[in-house]
Amino acid sequence: MNNILEINHLTKTFGGLNAVSDVNMYIEKGELVGLIGPNGAGKTTVFNLITGVYRPNEGSILFDGKSIGGLSPHRICREGIARTFQNIRLFKNLTALDNVKIAFHKEVNYSLLSAVFRTNRFYQGEDQIEQKALELLEIFQLGDKRNELASNLPYGEQRRLEIARALATDPKLLILDEPAAGMNPQETNALTELIHWVRGQFNLSVLLIEHDMSLVMGLCERLYVLNYGQILASGLPEEIRNNPKVIEAYLGEEVTKVVSGS
Amino acid sequence: MELLKRNPAALFLKILILAGIFSAIQYMISFKILSTYYQMTLTTLCLNIILAVSLNLINGFTGQLSLGHAGFMSIGAYVSVVFTQNLDAPFLLALFMACLGAALAGLVIGIPTLRLRGDYLAIATLGFGEIIRIILYNIEAVGGAAGITGIPKLTTWPWLFGSVVLTILVINNLTNSSYGRAIVSIREDEVASELMGINIVNYKILAFIVGAMFAGLAGGLYAHFFYIIKPNTFGFMKSFDVLVMVVLGGLGSTSGAVIAAIFVTILSTVLQSFPELRMVLYAMVLIIVMIFRPQGLMGNKELSFKILRRKRGEAKK
Ligand SMILES: Nc1ncnc2c1ncn2[C@@H]1O[C@H](COP(=O)(O)OP(=O)(O)OP(=O)(O)O)[C@@H](O)[C@H]1O
Ligand SMILES: [Mg+2]
Repeated sequence: MNNILEINHLTKTFGGLNAVSDVNMYIEKGELVGLIGPNGAGKTTVFNLITGVYRPNEGSILFDGKSIGGLSPHRICREGIARTFQNIRLFKNLTALDNVKIAFHKEVNYSLLSAVFRTNRFYQGEDQIEQKALELLEIFQLGDKRNELASNLPYGEQRRLEIARALATDPKLLILDEPAAGMNPQETNALTELIHWVRGQFNLSVLLIEHDMSLVMGLCERLYVLNYGQILASGLPEEIRNNPKVIEAYLGEEVTKVVSGS
Repeated sequence: MELLKRNPAALFLKILILAGIFSAIQYMISFKILSTYYQMTLTTLCLNIILAVSLNLINGFTGQLSLGHAGFMSIGAYVSVVFTQNLDAPFLLALFMACLGAALAGLVIGIPTLRLRGDYLAIATLGFGEIIRIILYNIEAVGGAAGITGIPKLTTWPWLFGSVVLTILVINNLTNSSYGRAIVSIREDEVASELMGINIVNYKILAFIVGAMFAGLAGGLYAHFFYIIKPNTFGFMKSFDVLVMVVLGGLGSTSGAVIAAIFVTILSTVLQSFPELRMVLYAMVLIIVMIFRPQGLMGNKELSFKILRRKRGEAKK
């Protein structure tokens, strides 16, 4: 198997709305793929289907050769898919450190009784998790923010913390939903480098949704364009940039924006 | 042992304080300094601490609104009495069975209901409490509406003290571990928690079982102090009383639950001198506290030596 992810004929409807219809996609191992498209195209819905938040109406999702369609989210996480959210979903009232520690859950190697009786094993296990969590925070330059509540971090740091938390689950595939949203150009540049570096360091495949075209074009090796729930085009960034159908889909959006005066 | 190595001074201090409290009160009981009335208050106080700390695990740490805590308490009470009265079992075994019975009930109730959220869960647990009450009401073997009387008085201060310490210790150690963090993450964001690999249904059920278990312990202790148990003793109002303590103390703070249990017990004892105004004053005090501390007395912070140290450090600056 060369593909880490293979999606076939994926369809999801909400009432009468076809949010995702007959989508076919694949991601090769180690690849960095972008999913773009106008607002409401169904990108986040694709992510929710991959991670088990929604069940597909039709179609299959193969992860590392194994069908994961219909599995519950925690099972899919354990298989090795981790994600971030378009509207940041950190554990707000907990510290940055605890946010990451929670995601190390599947590495907990002591039992409940060990915890209750505070055995040596408990302390060793906790020390290991703490150390690993701190290492991750350092990588994301959040080491000195370890004791800050997640909700008190500035926006860009919350986005980074979400990626750190996702990596703590030890994924093979990392999926990022608009990681640069709300970041300034310098932060976006730094993030681009970080994602690139993280992919190599952690041996990941990455799928990301992004509206920031400079990030998408600079980072992604291949792109899928989604429009009205369907794949409109796919290919290399240069091909997508010059694809008339894509230009039209985005232009359409621009025109609507101008007309509606936003 | 790591436990000893980590912070011997704090551990030693804690044991010293606990030993001090235990012996001071034991002394007052042995030498009849504490009247029967105050001994009753003391028992109520200890039971309230156990109930509040255990309900806080479900409502405060896990964020699942349960209104059926008195139901678990009644199961513990009845089970333990069956063991001491009908089977002549030793008290320790009776209390153990009380915990086990309530924990089993927690499991049976938890599996179907914990898939529900928010209001629905509250209604389901409320219904559970009522169903238990009505079932007990209709079982003649346990006295029906009249309940059981003549229960031997086995709940002494050492049992109470031991039970309070055990409850706080177990729940505190549980919440301060990876398992506890998993539980808290459910309260913070169920979807994110599940996507980080946490089986949220299992952890909700775990919290429910452990919470129910200690409510059962409180029930067993209650029955063997107050001589008589009736289905109506464990009605909705009892569950509600405990919920008030949890909210007052601060959702997700064990020390808050302890402080609030002490506060509420003392408050209702004092107010017994004004029977006409009791409920009005009680409600007023609670409303005033909630206006000035809407997050509860402790918020989700814990009282610890660390906080004290930090406070002192800041004062120096
Ligand atoms: N849970 C839901 N119930 C009903 N409709 C939904 C639900 N989730 C998404 N939709 C609808 O499905 C369509 C696709 O939404 P989705 O969030 O996937 O778009 P998107 O491509 O991520 O857009 P954006 O760029 O704005 O984030 C939208 O019309 C949206 O309103
Ligand atoms: Mg989206």
